[in-house]
Amino acid sequence: MSAGRPVVAVLLALLLAVPFVPMGGMRQYVLHVLIQIFIWSFIGGAWSLMGRFGLLSLGHGAFLGLGAYTTTLLWNFFGLTPWLGALVAVALTALLAVVVAYPCSRFSVVGHYFGLVTLAVGEVIRLLIIAERDWTGGSLGLTVRPAGGDSLVAVQFADKRVFYYAGLVLWALGLWIWRRLDRSMARSAMEAIGEDETAAASVGIHVTRFKIGITVLSAVLTAIGGIAYAQYIAYVNPDTLAGIGVSLRIVFAVVLGGMYALLGPTVGTALTIALAEVLRVVFGVTYVGMAETIYGLLLIVFIIFLPSGIYGSVRDLLRRPRAAAAPATA
Amino acid sequence: MIDPIFLAEAAVNGLLLGGVLALLALGLNLIFGVIDIVWIAYVDLVMICMYAVYFLVQVYGWPIWLGGLISVGLGALLGVGVHLLIISPILGSAPINQLLATGGLLFFLQSFATFLWTTDHRSVRVTLPTIEIGGMFLSFARLIAFAVALLVMLGLYLFLRHTYVGTAIRAVSQDRGAMALMGANPRVVYLVTSAVGGALAGVAAALLILQYSVHPFFGAAFGPLTFMICVLGGLGNMVGAFIASFIMSEVISIGGVVWSTEMGYVIAFVFFVVMIFARPGGILGKRA
Repeated sequence: MSAGRPVVAVLLALLLAVPFVPMGGMRQYVLHVLIQIFIWSFIGGAWSLMGRFGLLSLGHGAFLGLGAYTTTLLWNFFGLTPWLGALVAVALTALLAVVVAYPCSRFSVVGHYFGLVTLAVGEVIRLLIIAERDWTGGSLGLTVRPAGGDSLVAVQFADKRVFYYAGLVLWALGLWIWRRLDRSMARSAMEAIGEDETAAASVGIHVTRFKIGITVLSAVLTAIGGIAYAQYIAYVNPDTLAGIGVSLRIVFAVVLGGMYALLGPTVGTALTIALAEVLRVVFGVTYVGMAETIYGLLLIVFIIFLPSGIYGSVRDLLRRPRAAAAPATA
Repeated sequence: MIDPIFLAEAAVNGLLLGGVLALLALGLNLIFGVIDIVWIAYVDLVMICMYAVYFLVQVYGWPIWLGGLISVGLGALLGVGVHLLIISPILGSAPINQLLATGGLLFFLQSFATFLWTTDHRSVRVTLPTIEIGGMFLSFARLIAFAVALLVMLGLYLFLRHTYVGTAIRAVSQDRGAMALMGANPRVVYLVTSAVGGALAGVAAALLILQYSVHPFFGAAFGPLTFMICVLGGLGNMVGAFIASFIMSEVISIGGVVWSTEMGYVIAFVFFVVMIFARPGGILGKRA
């Protein structure tokens, strides 16, 4: 990767300069879309930390919702700054992750079963949020209490550029963590566990410890992403931040991009968000549901024809032009 | 303290709901057992069939039994369509891709229904009496649904036991590789299974529309519950799914009366998670 560094530097410089490009009235909108891409790519990356080792969670909405709601409720009712609220939220999420991951690992709940257990956990969190409607506003959601003007304590800013740079930093942090894990011993251990647990245990890998570790890391990062999104949108809702819908959306974006590549989650998230925005602009409010219909249809087509993801497929093509000519291996 | 009569009523209603849930769980389980793919969008097919019954009966004035028959046919067609268009190209793909392809179908059906029919809740207004037994009020619609569900399940049992194709279907769910060696055509078996699974969704739709109003997110409301019942009973295990349906519906029904509707579901889902740890092979499964 000797040619990589200059490319990365140029890309980073471009991303840093975006808020200063003259775009007229479009600036707020462009920044809004980019901020969402940064935050959801970060969340997708967090999911792929588990997903790439065969721990396919269908309930990351649980961690997202727990993080976002804990921080928002602490701020709204007790005036606790989201900076400290995030610490509480991260601690709670880590606890939930251990509660889910420990028994799953002890009793070898893998594959379909792991997906369904996590799906149940996601639904439990969503239903609890709705059931506790006196606090959480139930299905109607909850607005983050305005601090009255810009405030670093409340993490509320009128200028989108602040959130843009914060989102950029978050995204870069996510990539850095992904990279660190990718080059660590833990990655080899997790890959061995993903292939064959018994064999991995027999060569001295502590299966339970690694599984819990990766789940906690993934959950905590997801919660941080959820908190960031809640602070930016200043509104939390059980259907957009917990439950099966958002959980599937995260998985989709990542699988679409390719979960085994560093930039896979980012490419997938950027594409799904861009697609949703284009369809929304084209169809507007005249055909409610049409945008989502096409979105669903394209997802099916992509999964049938590009099974290793868009970024993954393109990268494989570029890296091994000769191997790509031969029949692709599944 | 809650009036015991309310609890008894909740218990009976839970039992009646359990019959319809069992039908759904059996359909999904049949498909999983044979094709080894979880149709995430299974209950969304039910939703589409419910709309069909709604329009035929409520808008065009057809009798409910005819609407129900059409719903069964439509369900079978949808099952075949899903298999040919989505499932057969990805039979050899990674499990996550199989799961997500039917998940994409979920998004598609949900939003296409929103586009065509808006998010309004629609219900078929059939005037069926409520009967009183010992102070409990039971809806006749639920009793009919329960009875029909049991009959259809009996029919499914006879089909699987006493026909050639039924035997082939059971053979595949026991050993995929051996079945092809015995000379049964896997493609035919898969198609028949998808059609039967779809038809069961059609029956369930005709029964559910008597009790619930249909809306585009109906699948999202009942889908997760249906998967959990299947897993609780042991994926592919028909008897287990049957028993699990009644356990889950009782927990939801009684929990709903004692606390709140959401808490009923929360207790059921937590129960599911705990049971997965305690008995990973399902309630009737043996510990591995």
